Amino acid sequence: MRYVVWIPLLPLIAATITLLFGKWWFRKQSHWLPCAAVFGSFLLSFKALLEVIDGARANFDLYSWVIADTFRVAVGFQIDPLSVMMLAMVTCLSFLIHVYSIGYMEDDPGYYRFFAYISLFTFSMLMLVSSNNFLQLFFGWEAVGLCSYLLIGFWYQKKSAADAAKKAFIVNRFGDFGFALGVFLVFLTFGTIYYEPVFARVHEIAHTTVNLFGHEILLATLIAVLLFCGAMGKSAQFPLHVWLPDAMEGPTPVSALIHAATMVTAGVFMVSRCHELFELSNVAMAVVAAAGTFTCFMAATIAPTQFDIKRVIAYSTLSQLGYMFMACGVGAFAAGMFHLFTHAYFKALLFLGAGSVMHAMHHAPDPTDMRYMGGLKKYMPATFWTFLIASLSISGVPGLAGFFSKDEILWSAFASVYPWGKIVWLVGTLVAGLTAFYSFRVVFMTFYGEFRGREVLHGHEPHESPKVMTIPLMILAVGAVVTGWIGIPHVLGGENHFAEFMKPVLGHPHFHLPHGWEEKEALLELLLMGVSTAMGLLGIYVAYLVYLKRPELQRLVPTRWPWLYRYLYRKWYWDEIYHFFIVRPTLFTARHIIQGVADSVAIEGVVNGVPDLIRRGGEGLRRLQNGVVQTYALIMATGAAVVILLIYLF
Amino acid sequence: MIPISWYLVLSLFLFVIGAFGFIARRNVIIMLMCIEIMLNAVNISLVALGKGLQHTAAHVLVFFVIAVAAAEAAIGLALVVLLFKKTREVHMDEFRTLKG
Amino acid sequence: MEGLLPKLVFVYLGIVLVATSILVVTNRNAVHAVLWMLVMFLHQAVLFIMLDAEFLAAVQIIVYAGAVLVLFLFVVYMINLRTELRLHNFTVFWPGALLVSIALLLLSVQAIKAFRPAPPVGDMTTEKIVKLGHAKLLGRALFTEHVLAFEAVGVLLLVAVLGAVVLTRRIRLKGEGV
Repeated sequence: MRYVVWIPLLPLIAATITLLFGKWWFRKQSHWLPCAAVFGSFLLSFKALLEVIDGARANFDLYSWVIADTFRVAVGFQIDPLSVMMLAMVTCLSFLIHVYSIGYMEDDPGYYRFFAYISLFTFSMLMLVSSNNFLQLFFGWEAVGLCSYLLIGFWYQKKSAADAAKKAFIVNRFGDFGFALGVFLVFLTFGTIYYEPVFARVHEIAHTTVNLFGHEILLATLIAVLLFCGAMGKSAQFPLHVWLPDAMEGPTPVSALIHAATMVTAGVFMVSRCHELFELSNVAMAVVAAAGTFTCFMAATIAPTQFDIKRVIAYSTLSQLGYMFMACGVGAFAAGMFHLFTHAYFKALLFLGAGSVMHAMHHAPDPTDMRYMGGLKKYMPATFWTFLIASLSISGVPGLAGFFSKDEILWSAFASVYPWGKIVWLVGTLVAGLTAFYSFRVVFMTFYGEFRGREVLHGHEPHESPKVMTIPLMILAVGAVVTGWIGIPHVLGGENHFAEFMKPVLGHPHFHLPHGWEEKEALLELLLMGVSTAMGLLGIYVAYLVYLKRPELQRLVPTRWPWLYRYLYRKWYWDEIYHFFIVRPTLFTARHIIQGVADSVAIEGVVNGVPDLIRRGGEGLRRLQNGVVQTYALIMATGAAVVILLIYLF
Repeated sequence: MIPISWYLVLSLFLFVIGAFGFIARRNVIIMLMCIEIMLNAVNISLVALGKGLQHTAAHVLVFFVIAVAAAEAAIGLALVVLLFKKTREVHMDEFRTLKG
Repeated sequence: MEGLLPKLVFVYLGIVLVATSILVVTNRNAVHAVLWMLVMFLHQAVLFIMLDAEFLAAVQIIVYAGAVLVLFLFVVYMINLRTELRLHNFTVFWPGALLVSIALLLLSVQAIKAFRPAPPVGDMTTEKIVKLGHAKLLGRALFTEHVLAFEAVGVLLLVAVLGAVVLTRRIRLKGEGV
């Protein structure tokens, strides 16, 4: 299966060539090479997927970078169900978004740069998921962070974009610090950084404890929590979630690719890959579940207040990522990956649809403001229908993809062995209602009612986007429906192919049913399914009520509970809190201590002081040269006398 | 037989006197003469050593030293004349243009 | 008696040499200084004869006393400064120079105390000098062993002559009369 090497390599080559030559040679045609490369990668990934379904596996090193006694670092590939599913998904979405970008980024002066960057990102993500050791994972981790920075700040002349890019990178750095410590600890514990030996021997440390600041904790807990720090940063979980909404400054295809489908899912992928490690420690599982639950809830409360269409979808992503971590936190890693898979399709579709809407509104000063949209259903039918399908999918309407993946998570949570499963289920069900509510809020505000933006568009009418943009939307809509069908649970008559496929790698969650229900597992599952579906439909109905039937209800919360509204609208004030507690002290330290003392006194003192000293010494010595030849002769004679004296003495 | 070390001591005295004169006199012509004194001192010691070692190389060297000293005196004096023509000054401590 | 005469002559020569050189160094009048130097050279020639180096003694008188000192005299007359006699003739730092010189002297004398003459290596014995003559011996050595240096010194002297002429000729500017 060595051909899998070409899967990340093709986009890398395309990215390099486009970046080097795009400005002068390709220009408007810059899209051909990256699109062709990613399509090639997709075909190869699909082939690999078929082979893995038949039972093939691969784990080989391509190129050994460091061989130092027992320490070995190499570029290696591990092809198993988990990685091949990610490969197929990433390449498929990347290709569709490449095609979409041909239309979306058409008049942008940085056209070639965009394609180079998203190809480079595709390469990074593919390296991340196909790696067979922690260091290559880390390389991919950092590389996607870099590409994210480049792409968020794509329109770098805009200050808000540049700031958002910096924020993303810096917040990620916090997470990556913990992640790096985790990788170091893995190496210290197991002596190797390759997955296979580490996970084979992971039971050895099942009871090993370490002494951390006076407390005895499990080594597994420490490693898992440190690794999870990286996941928190990369997948924007609380407390490192603040960068994702700001990342919407980047072009919409970027948001779709990176901040919906691929990069932010890297955290979930990593936790699933390392699940054997996480399962050793209850504390770590609790941490994962807690982070996921809190983020899920928090994001779902903020989303209904935002007017920027991309921000709403960003918070929706945060919330759905929370679902994935909730699944991991109760041991249902396959369910988490399943939701990752379906979510990629409908979330990318939501973003691209929003991009299509923004494309239509691009004459407006703020094309993302939903208050100026409305009634776009009749102007942009293709966009409308695909967006609707995605929204139905995310709301968990039965039959569509989101329903199957979300319900599997909720069922696994409720029936889980872990004690926090019930809480996770409760929050998850509530948020399902909220999700439906805010998703359909967007649908109703944007596509229904009267078009409110005639003034801001200066009389232009919004029009449908070109085929190169709508065809990917339609393909993704098919995905948003169909991708759920590979995971139809047994209770509804299906065979849950997805979980079976992942079982060799991700194992099987353990269930502990409440007392009295042991016989009626299927009934319980159906009951819970009904409850969450009801919540979803309730959410849709409330959205319909507030935004279409009785619009005056929109002012209900802002007027009755203004403090609550403000708290939610200001994103729970996390940005302000971080600014006060972290950013300001850091800037203060940098400005006054580092720059003020260490730099200007110590370093400048030495750097300026030494030459100054030398200069003064030189000036002093210069006075020896007074131009009179005889002084020189005198000095020579003195020197000779001194030398003879020294020789005589010694 | 006069021991060679006596000649060497004599040569040393002359050399030191020449050196003192070179450093301490202001008139440039006297300075040149002091150089000649120093060279002569060296000649004395060379000849004495040549006699002591009975080697002709020492005396040949003296020959060369005299030749070179003569050449150097000629050029030196030519320069002094030039200098005097330009500046009408023959005191060495008045020339400070090389002051750094 | 045998060893006494040479010693006496040596002592006399030594005293005169040192005294005249001090006179040269300290004299205000340049012409006097030159003349004292002449006396010094003559005595030096006698010293050379004492050392069996007759040819060198002759060369000393011809070249040094005869040519170089005359050259000095010419230049002294050319410069012809009267004010010379009224100004300081020593530099400001002459005490330092004196100190260094005495130090140098004492140190070097101390160093020479350990001098032991080496055994003779060559063949220029007194008998040979008496038989062949110093000039012949030197000439043989000069034109066989040291012929390269001899030629070089010849070129050097040529250069010196040319140099002296070139340096002191009058540069004619355009339009100026002879």
